[in-house]
Amino acid sequence: MTDPAPETQERPASLARHPARIVTRPVMRFQERIYLIEVWHGLVITSRHFFVNLWRHTRRAIGLVARAGAVTIQYPDDPAVVAKRGRTRHRLMKREDGTPRCVACMMCETVCPAKCIKIVAEESPDVMIEKRAKIFDIDMGLCVFCGYCVEACPEDAIRMDTGQVEMSSFNRQDMVWNMQELLGNKKKDPAANVPRL
Amino acid sequence: MALTEPFWTFLKIAAAVGFGLNVAGLLGWVERKQSAVIQDRIGANRAEIFGFRVLGLFHPLADAIKMMTKEDFVPPEGMRLWHGMAPGLSLLFSMLCLAALPYGDKIVLGGHALSLQPLPLSAGLVFVLAMLSVGVHGVVMAGWSSGSAYSLIGGLRGAAQMISYEVALLTTLAGPLFLYGTLDLAEAVRWQAHSIGGIVPAWGIFLQPLAFILFMTAGAAETKRAPFDLPEGEAEIVGYFIEYSGMRFGMFLMNDFIESIVLAGLTTALFLGGWHVPGLAHLHLSQPVFALIGVGAFVVKVMAVLWLLMQIRWTLPRFRFDQLLDLGWKNLLPLAILNTLVTAWAVFLAGG
Repeated sequence: MTDPAPETQERPASLARHPARIVTRPVMRFQERIYLIEVWHGLVITSRHFFVNLWRHTRRAIGLVARAGAVTIQYPDDPAVVAKRGRTRHRLMKREDGTPRCVACMMCETVCPAKCIKIVAEESPDVMIEKRAKIFDIDMGLCVFCGYCVEACPEDAIRMDTGQVEMSSFNRQDMVWNMQELLGNKKKDPAANVPRL
Repeated sequence: MALTEPFWTFLKIAAAVGFGLNVAGLLGWVERKQSAVIQDRIGANRAEIFGFRVLGLFHPLADAIKMMTKEDFVPPEGMRLWHGMAPGLSLLFSMLCLAALPYGDKIVLGGHALSLQPLPLSAGLVFVLAMLSVGVHGVVMAGWSSGSAYSLIGGLRGAAQMISYEVALLTTLAGPLFLYGTLDLAEAVRWQAHSIGGIVPAWGIFLQPLAFILFMTAGAAETKRAPFDLPEGEAEIVGYFIEYSGMRFGMFLMNDFIESIVLAGLTTALFLGGWHVPGLAHLHLSQPVFALIGVGAFVVKVMAVLWLLMQIRWTLPRFRFDQLLDLGWKNLLPLAILNTLVTAWAVFLAGG
């Protein structure tokens, strides 16, 4: 069961400046070529997994230990596990007095590659702050979760650290989150526009 | 004993086929769960009846319901009669093999000796191997009658594989048969009753270890299970049953499992001492109890071999077709002939 030696090919001139990386085909030793020993090694590995996991499953089933024999997360039953650094659903931050930190500078809207942010600015009643957002909508159906808006924001007004990844809805307009929902002042109702059959 | 002989035989065959079909159904579950446990997963556990899930044991049931309610499609280019016959033919011949396996010794009740082997044939091994070979017809018939070039290629690939490994399988069995001196499976099991030096039971696996390995390899190839599942190639390469749907497709799957059971039964009878339990003869049990424990031992050994086949199936990657034929013709066959010659010489020297 030996393969023929790979054919030597003339390298194209365009590759002349790059050093060639020569990949040598590993030579199989006798105990690898007869394959039976390797089969045995493979069987040892899979059998070890089988019996160790079976032992853990059994111990858990009779209530001895909490450790599971499988790494499966049964997602709709168990909550989704998202890494701490993962970019998840956006939220808008507030100042200490409760007003949104957003100054409607349009940086996030400009940098957004998916064009999912829509901001309408208005004059701020606070004389020290020039503008504030009148409308701040994010269309989660368009968002690609790149995190550029978080990087662009000079006021640390937008973050993507809610840990929430479940944003499905029954139609497209429900995918748009408005400012109050992003601030956390109003709970997003996922079934607001469910079509009645 | 008012049982007439034909009735008793019918009962035994029904029990054997029932055993085979039930275990084949169960093997679908074993396949899912064993692969899951090997790969640190949980495996199918969602099918439930009245809120009971029982480790996903209802999944084979759900499978059967799904297959039976699906459309049984015959391709317009296909030949309706042969297309419909092929899976039944495969399944019929595999199930006939089940009836010839030696499940247990004779049971003596009230002076009557009742054999626990459904079909006590004097050439049982030849019968089983013949029926296994006829399985090729189902494969080729399915490939040809589907009217598709792809399934025809799959069918021919299957035929090439099964006929190649048929040769290796039969040559391998010559060694053990020289030792046992019989083609009767029950007699072969009885031969393995004694022990070597009072310690090691005289099972085929200890006397013919090379033949055991060759037989398992060739047998796994014969049953078309991974790593030799080129005729099927579930998802990657098309097989002979791509034009099948519904329960006819399910019958091909079932056929594979039943062939696995037959192979495991043959391995148990020829190499693992059949119904014998080492040391049980010293307990002086009454004869019917002894025979029934033997049946249990046979089933346990069959299950162990099935476990090993399943473990191999989930360990090894699939062979390439040239590697497959190389393995069959250039490696298994010469080794089997060598084993036969050495065994014949040894039996001759021992004056057997």
